Amino acid sequence: MATDIIMPALSPTMTEGALARWVKAEGDAVAIGDVLAEIETDKATMEVEAIESGILGRILVPEGTQDIAVNTPIAILVAEGEAVPDAAASAPAAAQPATTTEEPAAQPSAVPATPAAASLSAPEPEKDWGPTAEITVREALHDAMQAELRRDPDVFLIGEEVAEYQGAYKISQGLLAEFGDKRVIDMPITEHGFTGMAVGAALTGLKPIVEFMTMNFSMQAIDHIINSAAKTLYMSGGQMGCPIVFRGPNGAAARVGAQHSQCYGSWYAHVPGLKVVAPWSSADAKGLLRAAIRDPNPVIVLENEILYGRKFPCPVDEDFILPIGKAKVEREGRDVTIVTFSIMVTTALEAAEALAQEGIEAEVINLRSLRPLDTATIVESVKKTSRLVTLEEGWPFAGIGAEVAMQVIEHAFDWLDAPPARVTGVDVPMPFAANLEKLALPQPEHVVEAVRRLI
Amino acid sequence: MAAAQENTARVGGNGPSLTREQFMDAFHEMLLIRRFEEKAGQLYGMGLIGGFCHLYIGQEAVVVGIQMTLKDGDKLITSYRDHGQMLAAGMTPRGVMAELTGRATGYSHGKGGSMHMFSREKNFYGGHGIVGAQVALGIGLAFANKYRETDEVSVAYFGDGAANQGQVYESFNLAALHKLPCLFIIENNLYGMGTSVERASASHELWRNGEPWGIPGKRVDGMDIAAVHEAAAEAVAHCRAGKGPYLLEMMTYRYRGHSMSDPAKYRKREEVDQVRKTRDPIEHVRQILLDAGVSEDSLRKIEDDVKATVNDSAEFAQTSPEPDPAELYTDVLLEA
Repeated sequence: MATDIIMPALSPTMTEGALARWVKAEGDAVAIGDVLAEIETDKATMEVEAIESGILGRILVPEGTQDIAVNTPIAILVAEGEAVPDAAASAPAAAQPATTTEEPAAQPSAVPATPAAASLSAPEPEKDWGPTAEITVREALHDAMQAELRRDPDVFLIGEEVAEYQGAYKISQGLLAEFGDKRVIDMPITEHGFTGMAVGAALTGLKPIVEFMTMNFSMQAIDHIINSAAKTLYMSGGQMGCPIVFRGPNGAAARVGAQHSQCYGSWYAHVPGLKVVAPWSSADAKGLLRAAIRDPNPVIVLENEILYGRKFPCPVDEDFILPIGKAKVEREGRDVTIVTFSIMVTTALEAAEALAQEGIEAEVINLRSLRPLDTATIVESVKKTSRLVTLEEGWPFAGIGAEVAMQVIEHAFDWLDAPPARVTGVDVPMPFAANLEKLALPQPEHVVEAVRRLI
Repeated sequence: MAAAQENTARVGGNGPSLTREQFMDAFHEMLLIRRFEEKAGQLYGMGLIGGFCHLYIGQEAVVVGIQMTLKDGDKLITSYRDHGQMLAAGMTPRGVMAELTGRATGYSHGKGGSMHMFSREKNFYGGHGIVGAQVALGIGLAFANKYRETDEVSVAYFGDGAANQGQVYESFNLAALHKLPCLFIIENNLYGMGTSVERASASHELWRNGEPWGIPGKRVDGMDIAAVHEAAAEAVAHCRAGKGPYLLEMMTYRYRGHSMSDPAKYRKREEVDQVRKTRDPIEHVRQILLDAGVSEDSLRKIEDDVKATVNDSAEFAQTSPEPDPAELYTDVLLEA
């Protein structure tokens, strides 16, 4: 049977090309793989190979022809002894451009609204977990891992110095003794490799907790966090979930300079397929880490080294857990909403205390979760206070504050009495000198000033 | 000689060999991959497959020979040149081709494409577009085998190009350190995109690249299915016995460009023709079967079957609907 040889698409972007040269002539026998012609694309000159064998019955497009659209018949291939049909008869049978043979393409209007555009429901009140005890954030994180390691044999902890050394920051103290080296596993200094390994294990359904000595070192492994962990569920059409936790201290510690002092909140919160939490208190740390370990998705837990030793009340209930995606109003107020997370909650509360001395009542929202973001709680608060200040340790450009402000603009613009303001770390790499480091980080007085400017 | 005996008798000359039955199966599998890939190239030319599309033509003996040594539960992972691996793993030509054309009936509902396909059912873990990432992920699959105390093995395929990635050596170290049941396969087709292996690697014996970690390795003629099978059987047995990882360098060749838009000017056409004429893995098996007394007719029947399967997959891939617009927002996160 005669078949058309069509002008092939030879690159992802090619729509037309030139027929540089016919290598075969009319009447030539053609075997699979033989070069028929040379085609010039926008990128290069390519050889077109035969995909079926036969006789080159007729050349429809002479060499030297420019601007031949992809899918135009350029020759007719016939079987041996077969008559060559007329070009005119052949043309209607030619393959049509892909766009016309496919199902009607989705029109922009047919695209469903993004979840973000859905109307916000009022925030639910937080569950009361009863009696509390004062514990450090370090103990809270430890207790969360211990409880989940006991609860689920598929959970294991890997990282540098997590086992025999008992944790670089002593978060995993005692876990090796209780769970053994099968489930509390020291890793060599090889973040790219062991993160990939943990993600591979998670794709089979195991539930690794990957401890980075600091989140700065997660940069060595960010390809696996984003390209392998966050995207595989989507790329597999829902077949391959990745239940994994990446945790470690984030942001500035003290006097460790530029490469060890950076907030990755905005980096990771940017990525669909990841959840990102940033606990402040012991209750946040315990409740959110337990939720992160149980979550069937990759979750980034941004801890803070300075907070590790701080004590906060934490519910003693054995089942205590917090939902990911719910912010907490740490202090109520009517005049301004301060939205922040992690160690900056302390700074915000100090600022609120100072503002109260001046008769300004600030509401302080501890985000707890950066993705998903609890926009409902933020918007509810701004509708009451009509003013927004965001506060974060990270850099200003494309930071979490920018996203929070945009959410408020989208959902509560008419309630605002002043433009939103942001207080952030200074837009420089972290300096080492004590005085410069302090200048680079937000202080309570910066927040107080920002609020004063709005009122 | 009775027919039953004939079917189990080893054929194929002096070297490592397989039974006639195994050669017949291999012929079918390899031909399926070849014809499928030719069809994919054809659909690409028609604009029905878009984006990147990396064909496996020429390398068929590698994946088919290795697959013959595996058992249910063994896990597979590879790079973006993944169509052959998927077909060998038992994924359906229809599902793979429909994913290539971006249709709802594809393995990833049209959201993965040529480079990103998976099958939980067939233990195929992708299909990865980042060169070398599958090696670290692959030792994770092996880690899971060990953690669950099974005797399952994981196979991580990568090319000579990926063999220069740092994470490959991090993975060698971790796999050896933890004695992970991971079979590393370097498919050395001589070119990482347009750069020949000599211009890319100071090591010219890639099979020895695991030596610092004590990983045993071998170089294998990847165009000879029996040689592939023999080496893989030994390597898989090593991994399954809990002796840790194993590295095989398969010397192979891709007939087509790196991707569809590669004019392949970095090598001479005569080089490609020479391999095709003298080392083609499928023609090699065809000759073995003919020499063993298999009739031309029975081979033609296999060819016809394969052609029908491939045409069916192409028809399916062209007539299946595109994904529903609502599919855009699904599978980002699982319900907690």
